[in-house]
Amino acid sequence: MSRIFAIAFNTFREAVRDRVLYNLVVFAVLIIGSSLLFGQISIGVEKLVLVNLGLTSISLFGIVIAIFIGIQMVSKEIERRTLYTVLAARPVSRWEFILGKEFGLIGTLAVNAFFMAVGFFAALFYLSHKFVHEDAYLLVALYFILLQFVLITSLALFFSTFSSPLMSSIFTFALFVIGTFAEDLRGFAAIAGGTAKVVITTLAYLVPNFAALNVITQVAHGVAVPARLVLLNSLYVLIYAGAITSAAVLVFQRRNLK
Amino acid sequence: MNQRVVFISTVLTIGLLLASVPVLDQVDRAREDQTLQDVLYVPSAGTVKHLSLGYNGLMADIYWTRVVQYFGGKHHLKSREYQLLAPLLDITTTLDPHLVVAFQFGAIFLAQSPPEGAGDPQAAVRLAERGIANNPAEWRLYYDLGYIYWQELHDPRAASAAFLKGSQVPGALPWMKVMAAALAQSGGEERTARYLWTNILHDTNDDLIRANAGKRLRALDSDDTVTVLQHYADLYTEQLGHAPQSWADMIASGHMRGVPRDPMGNPYLLRNGHVEVQDPDNFPFITQGLPPGREASVIPKMPGK
Repeated sequence: MSRIFAIAFNTFREAVRDRVLYNLVVFAVLIIGSSLLFGQISIGVEKLVLVNLGLTSISLFGIVIAIFIGIQMVSKEIERRTLYTVLAARPVSRWEFILGKEFGLIGTLAVNAFFMAVGFFAALFYLSHKFVHEDAYLLVALYFILLQFVLITSLALFFSTFSSPLMSSIFTFALFVIGTFAEDLRGFAAIAGGTAKVVITTLAYLVPNFAALNVITQVAHGVAVPARLVLLNSLYVLIYAGAITSAAVLVFQRRNLK
Repeated sequence: MNQRVVFISTVLTIGLLLASVPVLDQVDRAREDQTLQDVLYVPSAGTVKHLSLGYNGLMADIYWTRVVQYFGGKHHLKSREYQLLAPLLDITTTLDPHLVVAFQFGAIFLAQSPPEGAGDPQAAVRLAERGIANNPAEWRLYYDLGYIYWQELHDPRAASAAFLKGSQVPGALPWMKVMAAALAQSGGEERTARYLWTNILHDTNDDLIRANAGKRLRALDSDDTVTVLQHYADLYTEQLGHAPQSWADMIASGHMRGVPRDPMGNPYLLRNGHVEVQDPDNFPFITQGLPPGREASVIPKMPGK
């Protein structure tokens, strides 16, 4: 466990040194701040614009960061030849390496999200001069965004175990887009018949369900998110990310690194 | 060690993916159409179009699937509320104004009374008209518009106008003109109906349609004649204080010169001051001169509905 923690901590330390990461976070905070201006252009929907744009920025920038860092996890280590040092010279298993990388990246994203969220709530307070009961729902939306990051991280890490960074980023982003329409895919499956139904249904359950993790519109209108959904989404992400991480371990374990 | 990790990770991958299926089903249940509900928060269909970053066609297809799903689900439950149908259709058709199927079926979904549809024929008319404005070469959209005016709004004149416009679109099937004429006749637009039936009689190559047009014109002729004959019979009653019992009474009083005949050559009947055709089966579309208890049948059943 300590070895996983050591790799996670090292991954986190390396990630926060990356200047691109800071640029992205600063850019996200700027966009959140600029939503105050956008809000003033639209009459009567200042808060709505702020919440929509703010949470969307946190989500999208976090996903970009997750893909950007996640896809380089393995390839960078191979390129620098540090992977051989870690795996050969130290008593670290490959699965520990993968888990450590995953936890390290999730930690990095959580810290980033925290700073972006601070910027977001500061902008909200600047606009409203107070927090109301409904603002608590925004925390649920932020929690769901974190769950998105967990899914994206496992996907990016999975692809990075066997593919180039460019291809990994394409695969991960494509799955994010498809996953955003996962419910529609299941809708297609419901309408389809015969072999198409079987194929689409299988695909619909195989792709990650990002649709259920996006409640930004809902909370922006002050609509509460049911506790049951919070619980189920957490369980789903735990299971799905677990499956993808296991797959990453499987591929990485069988990969010839020589 | 290596084999053990491979085995455990394989089992975990498959096992966890399988375990995610029932959880996902539960998530879907917990969300209760939340994806569809989101349309209520969309400020306008145009906003969705801007947000689709140019991939309007794909987004329209997705929204059309949502319409079908939503309508299908509600229809299956025999729901009387289709709150999301109009905004979903609005977004779909704004994203792709050439998605004719969305206008066609969308208008019908909107028009039909609950639980068969949303029961909003005015919204259906607006959708069909928008469809026609964007796709003027699609005669079927005129057909749908006419159908809604006729069946849901009970406005035969507007329906006739829609069918007539549609019949002028290249490729429109001939019965569009038939419907226009029949509905004009039913709506009291006799002159329009006569003009249209005459056109159909001369233009069509279809024997059935030509025969039908002939019957329609004969019915119009007969209706005209019966109206005039009835006027004289009423005049007789008014002047002599009792109803004429036969044409002989009318001829004797100088109100008629001879026994009048219908377009098939058979004499009209005069029973207790009431003018009737001899054989109403010869004139299936007449509205005048029908024997007591027999109702007029002006509008035929529409093909394809």
